[in-house]
Amino acid sequence: MSYFVQVVVDGLSNGAIYAALALAIVLVHRATGLVNFAQGGMAVAATFVAFALTRAGVPVLLALLAAVVFGFVLGALLERGVMRHFERGDPDTAVVATIALLVLLTGASAFFFGYEPQPFPSLFPNRTFEVLGVFVSFRSIGTILVLIAVMVGLQLLFRSTKLGLAMRAVADNPESSALSALPVSRLLMIGWGLAAGLGAVAGVLVAPQLFISPGMLDFVLVYALAAAILGGLDSPVGAVVAAAFIGVAENLAGAYLDVVGDDLKIAVPFVAVMVILVVRPQGLFGRKTTVRV
Amino acid sequence: MSLLELDGVSASYGHADVLHGVSFVLPDNGATGLLGANGAGKTTTLRAISGMVRTTGRIVFDGRDITGLGPDRTAALGIAHVPEGRGTLGQLSVRENLLVGAYRRRDRKQIAVDVDYCLDLFPNLRERVGSNAAALSGGEQQMLAVARAFMAKPRVMLLDEASLGLAPSTARRVYDAVVRLRREAQVAMVVVEQNANLAFSVVDDATVLETGRVALQGSSAELLGMDAVRRAYLGG
Repeated sequence: MSYFVQVVVDGLSNGAIYAALALAIVLVHRATGLVNFAQGGMAVAATFVAFALTRAGVPVLLALLAAVVFGFVLGALLERGVMRHFERGDPDTAVVATIALLVLLTGASAFFFGYEPQPFPSLFPNRTFEVLGVFVSFRSIGTILVLIAVMVGLQLLFRSTKLGLAMRAVADNPESSALSALPVSRLLMIGWGLAAGLGAVAGVLVAPQLFISPGMLDFVLVYALAAAILGGLDSPVGAVVAAAFIGVAENLAGAYLDVVGDDLKIAVPFVAVMVILVVRPQGLFGRKTTVRV
Repeated sequence: MSLLELDGVSASYGHADVLHGVSFVLPDNGATGLLGANGAGKTTTLRAISGMVRTTGRIVFDGRDITGLGPDRTAALGIAHVPEGRGTLGQLSVRENLLVGAYRRRDRKQIAVDVDYCLDLFPNLRERVGSNAAALSGGEQQMLAVARAFMAKPRVMLLDEASLGLAPSTARRVYDAVVRLRREAQVAMVVVEQNANLAFSVVDDATVLETGRVALQGSSAELLGMDAVRRAYLGG
């Protein structure tokens, strides 16, 4: 029994990592209507800023704040300088542009810091404690608490603030929003900035476990995209629940299905995601899109 | 004193010129119509006013030259454009659409009062206040588009083919509400409408456009007295 619980707890801990990036993807989608593949690349670039600062002796928490600010500025600049040219056109083109940004940002990170994975100091004590025979790390608990706070914050932003309402309006229909005097381009910039700042939090949370490298978030991005889509793409709560599900399903499959083992365990959650999406195309928490003509 | 004045306004999409020197004056609290066949430039005239199309000539609103200002800027100055095809925010609820309309306002209490006023104006919307706009019928979406424009507390509303695709009784209800808005809220109107009967129920005067040029201008009574206008726009 305690082995089962341990596997689940470890799965939740992995799920928290996927959830961090999934929340950033949901945020950009809510604010701009796009799925941003560059989210991982922006997060890694911001995490490297924190890395350079901690190396220079800056405390991790301060380095995190600096990374968030850097991420915000980077996101806003990329929106203004690059994505703006694609936003009015075909959404497919814009998505391809985000993939190009991902490659570019990964290359830039490697240019400055190399490809070698390097240790990254943790925000939380590097210890574990034991409850009822299950080992839990402070890092996992800390990561999960930060994520829950971010999730609640995003939910409040979109549901209860004027800024959140305006961001959703612009994502829905920028031309129509402009006719209500919404500052469309500024809102798009803020959306990208916020998401990249959130990505920086995700990067700093996971870097101690994964070790920092330019490709650190490549596989996390795949899980995060799956979680965001499974959660309904627009729902912060959905993204977190789906990420937890994916993390746990992956770990249980690896532990209990001998045929699957460690190499194939990543396939299991994806099969589950596909089955769920066939039954519920709008995702677990997504609102069904209704269009009447 | 004039609220809105167009002086020799021309506009083009890419290389295609659509308007050639259109001029008219809308007085304070006035309502003027733009009539004409399909492709005469009615919609483009509205788009020129709200800054959605490249424009030359001069557009003066409330004493200020607004030629070339973008749609978010003209909207902030008090011009509410209800575009053809309605342009509601489909994935937002009816109430959220109304609040987006009030984005620039800071008077929270009055916003709540005005939301209620809109729901009185269009009782259909009151029943659907929590539904996504995309789930509304065409008539309800048009009502929502007008109500959202009103929520900005505009000086002038640009109404583009509000009756398009609606059943006659629904179109009538939309225009009854527009007449009420004009009277009760002192919103000036520029009305583009294929159905001249509906248009003349709101406007004091009108401009008839033909291939991007002004063909005729006059008061409602004058235009209704002309056989040519009656034949072209009122079916005899």
